[in-house]
Amino acid sequence: MKSEKQKDILGRIREALKIPAPIAHVAHRQTASSLPQPRAWLPPVPPDQAGQLAMFERNCEQLRTEFCPARGIDEAGRVAKGLREKYGWSLAASHHQVELDAVVRALGIETLYMEDHPAQTELEKCSVGITACDALVAQTGSILLTARSAGGRALSVLPPHHLVVAQINQLVADLPAAFELLAARYDGNYPSFATFITGPSRTGDIERILVFGAHGPRMLTVILVQ
Amino acid sequence: MLSSFAARFKARATRLTADLEHRVKIRSALESYEKARDERKALFQDWEAAREGAAAIKWEAVNHLDAYLVRFVEKLESRGAKVFWAGNAEEARDYIVALAKEKGARSIIKSKSMTSEEIHLNESLRQAGCEVVESDLGEFIVQLREEDPYHIVFPAMHLTRTEISDLFHEKLHSTPTDNPEELTMIARRELRLKYLRADIGISGANFGIAETGMISITENEGNARLTTAIPRVHVALMGIEKVIPKLSDLALFLPMLATAGTGQQITCYNSLIGGPRQPDEADGPAEFHLVLLDNGRTQLLADAEQRDALHCIRCGACLNACPIFRNVGGHTYGTTYQGPIGSVITPHLRGLMDWKHLSYASSLCGACTEACPVKIDLHHHLLHNRRNSVTQNPDRWERFAFRAFARLTAHPGLLDKLVRLSRPFLPLVRAARHIMPPPIKAWLGSRELPPVAPQSFRNYWKSR
Amino acid sequence: MKITLFVPCFVDQLFPSVGICAVRIFEKLGHTVDFKESIICCGQPAFNAGYWDEARGIARRVLKALSGQDPVVVPSGSCGAMIRNFYPELFKNRSEAEAAVQLARRTFEFSSFLVDQLGVTDLGSRFPAKVTFHDGCHGLRELHVKHQPRQLLEHVKDLTLIEMEDQTSCCGFGGTFAVKFPMISTAMGETKSRSALDTGAEYLVSNDSSCLMHLQGLLSRQKQKLKTIHLAEVLASS
Repeated sequence: MKSEKQKDILGRIREALKIPAPIAHVAHRQTASSLPQPRAWLPPVPPDQAGQLAMFERNCEQLRTEFCPARGIDEAGRVAKGLREKYGWSLAASHHQVELDAVVRALGIETLYMEDHPAQTELEKCSVGITACDALVAQTGSILLTARSAGGRALSVLPPHHLVVAQINQLVADLPAAFELLAARYDGNYPSFATFITGPSRTGDIERILVFGAHGPRMLTVILVQ
Repeated sequence: MLSSFAARFKARATRLTADLEHRVKIRSALESYEKARDERKALFQDWEAAREGAAAIKWEAVNHLDAYLVRFVEKLESRGAKVFWAGNAEEARDYIVALAKEKGARSIIKSKSMTSEEIHLNESLRQAGCEVVESDLGEFIVQLREEDPYHIVFPAMHLTRTEISDLFHEKLHSTPTDNPEELTMIARRELRLKYLRADIGISGANFGIAETGMISITENEGNARLTTAIPRVHVALMGIEKVIPKLSDLALFLPMLATAGTGQQITCYNSLIGGPRQPDEADGPAEFHLVLLDNGRTQLLADAEQRDALHCIRCGACLNACPIFRNVGGHTYGTTYQGPIGSVITPHLRGLMDWKHLSYASSLCGACTEACPVKIDLHHHLLHNRRNSVTQNPDRWERFAFRAFARLTAHPGLLDKLVRLSRPFLPLVRAARHIMPPPIKAWLGSRELPPVAPQSFRNYWKSR
Repeated sequence: MKITLFVPCFVDQLFPSVGICAVRIFEKLGHTVDFKESIICCGQPAFNAGYWDEARGIARRVLKALSGQDPVVVPSGSCGAMIRNFYPELFKNRSEAEAAVQLARRTFEFSSFLVDQLGVTDLGSRFPAKVTFHDGCHGLRELHVKHQPRQLLEHVKDLTLIEMEDQTSCCGFGGTFAVKFPMISTAMGETKSRSALDTGAEYLVSNDSSCLMHLQGLLSRQKQKLKTIHLAEVLASS
């Protein structure tokens, strides 16, 4: 049911578009759909998983994302315990997911679960938010997650430390692949929120000097289970 | 006759261009950006092809805007979002203020939205009794200073850490510090409480995805994520031209926006929001309102020659490339959108006669067009604005002067003789520069006159 | 071949040696140079100011005078761009449209003509000095002239070229911009001349005299020793 205002604006748009725009400096007009994939223009990515993993790790280093490989879920649990000691975590928040549950249990600290709908003020007190994810993107060092796969919107951004537990088969090559994954996994029924996380929160607003932890998590750690 | 806006522009430009401290400050800020941007561009397999591709996608979207907007809105509404079509700034403000009143909202948190600056939203909300807090650090800083953003991407690039420290000390009663990290933490602490207390979160949108009915928000700080996660009500404000066809188009636009905008491969957070929280989600706003804004965009759309100005992804690259911008600074423009893109679109959004001076305040060097990731023909549009302003309302004296000049060029021999005759008077002109007509006086303010050669080329040619 | 030299008003009246040097260079290469005395301006000042009808009036004379087949060479990037890039736009959908496109196709900036059309980079010149080069914006961005002047300078004996920082930044002339917004024009020129001075060069070379006129004006007022000179004048030296 179109509102009056909607009709007005659409009317103005249609009127305006009656005159075609010149195409002098756009070479591929009309063939936006027949354009080569952006991946032909974006920075190149190795075709093999080992190369992609190495690229992801290099990106993590450059972005100040802490990268912790683990051989199997048990070692992932031990790595998590080590992180707890390193950072002095006292209260965690997480959500339920098969591989994640094992790691959180191994962590052995008081944990709020998003499925229990904790108050935001309670979530704010947590030292770390622990989530699963949908994908890791080698090209950019990004983590893709959604409100459905990672315990909602606030869990991965409100606590000062965000810990992601990912599996090696979640590693994809590049951004085009990540968007293909989103479409394949959720098409027809997308979560209301998805995000690409690329490093801990940062700002350069003061004299262009890089500072971490502006509002989002100051620390981002990825445990990658192989 | 100068409009009052033009007179103000000239006065500010005179002050800022003489401010050598400002010149050095902005130059060093831009140098660090340029280095990062060049490194990132070099990593692309084909940056120029990427520009062509991005331009083609935007052309498709803007030239079929009605179809894509309809699909976009249908998808959003099917997932519980409320969409309001605002013809102008007043309608957009009224909707949001009415919503705030309906919700009994006392406290509002905002993430960065140039569109909200464009419609002067904060003032209206404050008048309605709401506290409005900007959460983006740069916006937070200029809000405390009660001034406009200096740059569409770097709102506080004109301030030193000392100025920011003094500001925080004065307004937030914090301990003075010269450490950027400490200053950032002061803002972080201040804003944590605001997120948790806010009744409404207001965001902008960098893109609208027609295919899936989502908005895309690009940021580094995480303040937009918090703004759209914590409060019960989320309002997003988006210009109608921001719609792009497919979700996968973001695979190109997100890296290009980051590369051109900040010299990053991709920004820290790029979020997709398609509605209020779903029943199976742990949290999120119960309501999502999207306000679509026209406010003169359909007018720019109707100008087929300059329609590609609506392809703009608000990256700020043209500002960074522009020698005028870096010399006069962002506040001189007096507009929401500064730099080349601002000079091109402001006449369409706010009136040609009032704002044509921005199109004249350019040497047409073309650095902006070269920098634009979506290949908007920026510097040529400045020429088009100039032509349109003359067609609409030419300055009588100027037109007389150009007509006289045109007539004179039809008699090159006469022109030659006149110039030869002027030669002995040049030292007098120089000495009496303060009483010379404006163009000569303006030249002589800082420059010596060019020499007039004793023999012109055509005289040499005749005597060969 | 016969080459028609288009000499813009400021070259004709203020910097005739630029035109004279261009003539000498082409004649030394064995070409015949023609000059049309009936025209003096390409119309750019009116065009840039938004007075397109008046610009068309001036441009029509140019179209008429330069009709034919011979290549037209312009020792100025901005006037070259006016004819090559903007005449077609100025006369779009008008009776002169075809003539404008034809003229545009055979009009070239001076250094681009030498290198791209004649395939010449070594003119046997000698200019013993340290120089730096300023790329005029119209030549650079409208006509894509960048490597051609440098290739020519490379073959000038005893010349040392030192590139300045921010070499592609605008000098700030911009036609009437220089007097409509003199404070901005001056600030830009100051930055540019500082970049040039920092190279330690004795000469500032460019392919556009309008840029040099503005920069020389600033340098002279500041009593700097750095001298400006056009590319054609350097190449004609021996």
